[in-house]
Amino acid sequence: MNKIEKVKKLIVEKPLKLDCGKTIQNFPLAYETYGKLNEKKDNAILVFHALTGDQFACGINPITKKEGWWSHALGPGKSIDTNKFFVICANVIGGCMGSYGPSHLDDKVDKPFGTNFPVITINDMVNAQYNLLEAFKIKKLFSVIGGSMGGMQVLQFVSNFPDSSHTAIPIACTASHSAQNIALNELGRQSIMADHNWMNGFYAEKQKVPDKGLAVARMAAHITYLSKKGLQEKFGRKLQERDDLKFGFDADFQIESYLRYQGSVFVDRFDANSYLYITRAMDYFDLTKQYEGNLSKAFEKSETKFFIISFTSDWLYPTSENRDIVIALNAIGKDVGFVEITSDKGHDSFLLDVPDFLNAVKNYLNMSYKKIQ
Amino acid sequence: MKKEFYTIANLLENNSKVLDVGCGDGELMKYISENITEDVRGLEISKKNIQKCIARGLTVIEGDAEKDLKQFPNSSYDFVILSQTLQAFLDPENVINELLRVGKKAIVSIPNFAHWKVRFHLLLKGTMPVTKNLPNEWYDTPNLHMCSIKDFVNYCSRKKIKINCPNLNYINFFSELGIFIIEK
Repeated sequence: MNKIEKVKKLIVEKPLKLDCGKTIQNFPLAYETYGKLNEKKDNAILVFHALTGDQFACGINPITKKEGWWSHALGPGKSIDTNKFFVICANVIGGCMGSYGPSHLDDKVDKPFGTNFPVITINDMVNAQYNLLEAFKIKKLFSVIGGSMGGMQVLQFVSNFPDSSHTAIPIACTASHSAQNIALNELGRQSIMADHNWMNGFYAEKQKVPDKGLAVARMAAHITYLSKKGLQEKFGRKLQERDDLKFGFDADFQIESYLRYQGSVFVDRFDANSYLYITRAMDYFDLTKQYEGNLSKAFEKSETKFFIISFTSDWLYPTSENRDIVIALNAIGKDVGFVEITSDKGHDSFLLDVPDFLNAVKNYLNMSYKKIQ
Repeated sequence: MKKEFYTIANLLENNSKVLDVGCGDGELMKYISENITEDVRGLEISKKNIQKCIARGLTVIEGDAEKDLKQFPNSSYDFVILSQTLQAFLDPENVINELLRVGKKAIVSIPNFAHWKVRFHLLLKGTMPVTKNLPNEWYDTPNLHMCSIKDFVNYCSRKKIKINCPNLNYINFFSELGIFIIEK
């Protein structure tokens, strides 16, 4: 935890009224920046991370010592070229990489908040991050970009701040979390809460970690990020370091071993309560409902140009849900582009080396930036 | 750029709002955006072509003209362009109706099946015509509903769609391509 205290933070002094009714202030928002803000301050991009991401989008994450989550897309010479653009990425509130979240100390009792932390929403996350624009004195961003939950934040950002970005790229996301998505998140949460080390969320003060529950949650979620075809091609029925089935419950199959590994490394870097809070925020996300059932209204006041991207094998946030956003924008004549990228890599495609995707983002950004010059 | 595209572009009004249905690699859109109006969008079915459009800085939506025009509101564009694809649709009549709903005016171009070369090809050779505008053999052609300029003009008249084509018989014989502005 000491290392996390050292990450870059903005202390947001201004009170922020959360959707749950509570008001927070003087709270930390951990962030990282890449590239340089130019004199005109017209080259800034705000990147939003997904459920288990953080502010360390590229380069080596100083906490986990692993490559940043968007290293394929972001960096010098990459699609989001940090030689050209100034990128800001913040850890969402509710997260566990330095921003105000359930593992943060509750000063009143000098213990981590645990489940006393207020339930937050995508709207709250975005409103908290808006403070970064003021901190850097940026009047208008060049772009807001994010995949999955990051895409939901992009949509919410444009609807909350219609004049604050020239372009917006929501990727592999939805305007309204579906029953299937809620169900899958609930599976993860129940798995965490069923771990007897969870202790109603107050595990930290009792020096316990609900790592078994969190690992199972991650394993289940990980399956949803891949496609059936991708899994079959990568693993098939291949056995794990053995010539035959062992007639037991060890990891006979490579896919079992892979998932167990994914679960075990996840618990080292992620907080179980943060997992509960952030999945809850995703489930509560329904931009259509925020605008009385008419998604178009969310974007009516905005001149932001949209470029929406989905992936053929993404069954978690399928093309149809991404296309609904396109339709809502078209219905009010907004400037919106849309492409569905062919990939067998499932929902995770946006994080991986998928050349058509990376080229589309690169070209869109570069051509759009030329237009605002 | 194809001569056809210059002709189509010249039919557009400056600063009008244009939708290019089946915009391909965006060649026409690019010309329009640089010379006529910046307010131009495309609808395209081929992912490869969409990538080319994005690289050209054009706004394009992936979609199928037969299904995805319905997302555009009534009269939301001044001009809707459909270049040489009408004959390839399963239900061209539905597409024409959609073009006229979405656009205040539609610009439609069709390869003319009654051009003299086509007529002579069929008359003398007795095989399906293969010409510059109809380059495919019968077994690999994307064209499902070939028509002549006269067919198209007659259709529009019958459906009370405004279309202008003087000297119809002459044009129907000598033109390889028909380019029309139609409106309700």
